[in-house]
Amino acid sequence: MAELEAVIGLEIHVQLATRTKMFCGCELSFGDEPNTHTCPVCLAHPGVLPVPNEQAIRYALQIAAALECEVAPRSIFHRKNYFYPDNPKAYQISQYDIPLAVDGKLGDVRIHRAHLEEDAAKMVHVGESGRIHGSGASLVDFNRGGTPLVEIVTEPDLRGAAEAAEWARLLRETVRQLGVSDVNMEEGSLRVDANVSVRPAGSATLGTKTELKNMNSFRFLQRGIEAELERQRGLVEAGGAVEQETLHFDPASGSLTSLRSKEEAHDYRYFPEPDLVPLAPTEEMLREAREALPELPAARAERYRAEVRLSAEVAALLAADPETAAFFERAAGAAEGVEAKVIANWVTGELAAALRQDRGEGGAADSKVTPEALAALVGMVQEKKISHGSGKTVLAALVAEGGEPAAIVEREGLAQMSSEGGELEAIVAAAIEADPAAAEQVRSGNQKAIGALVGYVMRETKGRADGGEVNRLLREQLGL
Amino acid sequence: MSELLELSVAEAAAGIAAREISTGEYFEAWHAAALGDELNAYLWQVEEGNGYEVREGPLKGIPVAVKDIFCTEGSPTTAGSRILEGYLPPYTATAVRRLDAAGARVLGKTNMDEFAMGSSNENSAYGPVLNPWDRKRVPGGSSGGSAAVVAGGLAPCAIGTDTGGSIRQPASLCGIVGLKPTYGAISRYGMIAFASSLDQCGPLTRDVTDAALLLAALQGRDPCDSTSVGIEGGIVAPSRESLEGLRFGVPAELARDEIDAGVREVFEATLTRIEDLGGEIAAVALPSAEHGISAYYVIAPAEASSNLARYDGVRYGMRSESGGDLLEMYETTRAEGFGPEVKRRIMLGTYALSSGYYEAYYGQAQKVRTRIAADFDTAFAGVDFVVTPTSPSVAFGLGEKTDDPLSMYLNDFFTVPMSLAGIPAISIPAGLAEPPGGGARLPVGFQIAAPAFGEQKLLEAAYALEREIGFEARSGSDDG
Repeated sequence: MAELEAVIGLEIHVQLATRTKMFCGCELSFGDEPNTHTCPVCLAHPGVLPVPNEQAIRYALQIAAALECEVAPRSIFHRKNYFYPDNPKAYQISQYDIPLAVDGKLGDVRIHRAHLEEDAAKMVHVGESGRIHGSGASLVDFNRGGTPLVEIVTEPDLRGAAEAAEWARLLRETVRQLGVSDVNMEEGSLRVDANVSVRPAGSATLGTKTELKNMNSFRFLQRGIEAELERQRGLVEAGGAVEQETLHFDPASGSLTSLRSKEEAHDYRYFPEPDLVPLAPTEEMLREAREALPELPAARAERYRAEVRLSAEVAALLAADPETAAFFERAAGAAEGVEAKVIANWVTGELAAALRQDRGEGGAADSKVTPEALAALVGMVQEKKISHGSGKTVLAALVAEGGEPAAIVEREGLAQMSSEGGELEAIVAAAIEADPAAAEQVRSGNQKAIGALVGYVMRETKGRADGGEVNRLLREQLGL
Repeated sequence: MSELLELSVAEAAAGIAAREISTGEYFEAWHAAALGDELNAYLWQVEEGNGYEVREGPLKGIPVAVKDIFCTEGSPTTAGSRILEGYLPPYTATAVRRLDAAGARVLGKTNMDEFAMGSSNENSAYGPVLNPWDRKRVPGGSSGGSAAVVAGGLAPCAIGTDTGGSIRQPASLCGIVGLKPTYGAISRYGMIAFASSLDQCGPLTRDVTDAALLLAALQGRDPCDSTSVGIEGGIVAPSRESLEGLRFGVPAELARDEIDAGVREVFEATLTRIEDLGGEIAAVALPSAEHGISAYYVIAPAEASSNLARYDGVRYGMRSESGGDLLEMYETTRAEGFGPEVKRRIMLGTYALSSGYYEAYYGQAQKVRTRIAADFDTAFAGVDFVVTPTSPSVAFGLGEKTDDPLSMYLNDFFTVPMSLAGIPAISIPAGLAEPPGGGARLPVGFQIAAPAFGEQKLLEAAYALEREIGFEARSGSDDG
């Protein structure tokens, strides 16, 4: 049997950080006293009508622009009918056959559609199960009900759990930088469901998918998909078949339980919402949405690859958050005679390591190291004014206390020992004399043995000597 | 005192403006009359006095009876249903607020078919309304209470709602004027929804001038209703006396055998009066109109099935005592709270929207609707108005059609096409006719329909015709 390939698509719900709800004037709130942000409209009293939130439409258009989607000239709101206490009208106003935006792309993943809808209220089930079945009572908090949501649906373009989680991070970063959502998975302002299936590698048809819900962190998203892929592969390899169903991920146990099967699936009886007219964004709204776009991670990474010739990996690392990217660009701009690529490697390599060692978390931008200081430091290393090793020492000092690299070099006496004046040559000679066995081995062709001699010189010079120069002098004095 | 009740609204308003009539005295006269309701036409009446402050405006001091489908803050609002028994809305409908802003005052809330579903008022959970002309007969529906209070001298004017004829048909059966404005002319906010794409508020009055006066106050764009636009240029009191230069189209397709002979006679006599006034009668074709009833009884129940889903016993109104778990609570509350006609239409509508049937029913009905609208467009290219009898019959006996829903639905045959097309139509009393089984003569309504937002022109023509007809009959005046 051919190896089974994972096929994953994501459905992402983004709560928009508008001032008020999608269809009424109630202010959005998180963590306030329950049922304090409600009105006749969001409680679905008889006779009320929805009025679309213009800010939500503008935010949704920004998301559509960031995802390079086509925006429908007239998209239609539909009613999605179902009974549940968190859904007071017994229908959710959503979009169905003509969504706000279609056919986009983020990174390597195609966007199927993005549409506007309203969030359900929050339910708290009292009792052991934590679910409505078997609970002693259920409480509804309508504060959340009616919060504007953008639902983003990808094409099934992802091929692994880690890849899916990585892409979801890129999406979160993208939406965060638009400033249209808090994108906090724990608080539920970003919710990611996954459609998972497997198929023989190379097959063009899709296998039967299952839908995974309730993965409220990127780690759980990855673990949930991993668990489901393992389950599906086990089933198929044992000659069984995957059944279409919706699965609930339990973060505590890491297990998946069935919420409902295909037979139990709702018939939502979608029909066009007669209380609303088609959503027709004006040219001005579309233009403003495009103009409001900051440079987003995917575009920035692409620019770094093309203009600075960075590797995909380093480009993605630098481009992910705008603060790090800005730090890099300022440092590269401040550096004289140093390629931006070298600065990039320092930011993602030496500086990131030094920051990790110092504090564990936090980026370059909010450290004590200024972009100008880093640029100066990398310049000194490149001009061999200090050794690479000394460069790291200076960097550690900059991370700890800030300041100017030149002053630290001066204070710590780290200036590179120049080969002029004979001081370094004398130490090299001393090294050969101190370890004649190693010297003999090098002479007889064992290149590795030179390490012991270099080490001696570095110890004696406290790392101030340039490794290349030490090597050159050693070989010269050994007559090679 | 009683001569105050003889005045039309326009006359009373003029008297009040000229300080010839005291608002307190005028209101008390009507309040006393309303309290003498023997028709079961009121479900609630305002308490006397209670420190009400009279507002300045064109309707200063005018009492208005309001169909119990409009939410009135703090006053019972049931929509004629058991499921809203005891419900006190936390807000007031825009239409009522606009009347209030014009100086009018709510006199009481009128009985109606449950959720406006019916043509006889026999579907009210609070008992049928009796026709003031003959208390063994129905007043029509669903705004039967509003028609009966005006015809029966229990209110000077009223507002109702018309979804497929619910203002025009009871106006016709009670011998008063009933106007259904263009869809979008008056805000639907706070008007309990039956079929959102068809529901429209309108006045029920003694004469055309009063209808214009109320429409002038009611119409206007409302930010709370996205589908409202108002009437450009507003509405003024009609003054036209001739029909010179106006063409009235009679649709051949609506000349059905089911029309009572007496109704046909009055209709034809009215066409002659139009010609006497200089108007021209022409034949028009509305080839799709005869499918109106079929399309209407798919679209209206479909929307109703969704609109009425919010009555679940969770947040307000009735909750069954016998409920167990969530599903049982929903089921028993709705089983006990809704009457048989409402249940029938919810089931019809749910079926029509179901996956697999949507295109065959809802989709097809919408196509018919589009064709009917196109038929009217074509007709209005050649004529100014389309005229029909309002109802195929005069008021029928209580209980006569309750066992035959299809025969009941045919009452709407002449009124439904205008609702589906969203155009304005008025019913004015055109004469009296003997019912098919014999007995005292009863009112017959004449319907005039105009292109969308052609209300002013429609009122002008109706006004001229009303003068010519000189319908002076009042309920009980023809029994000698």
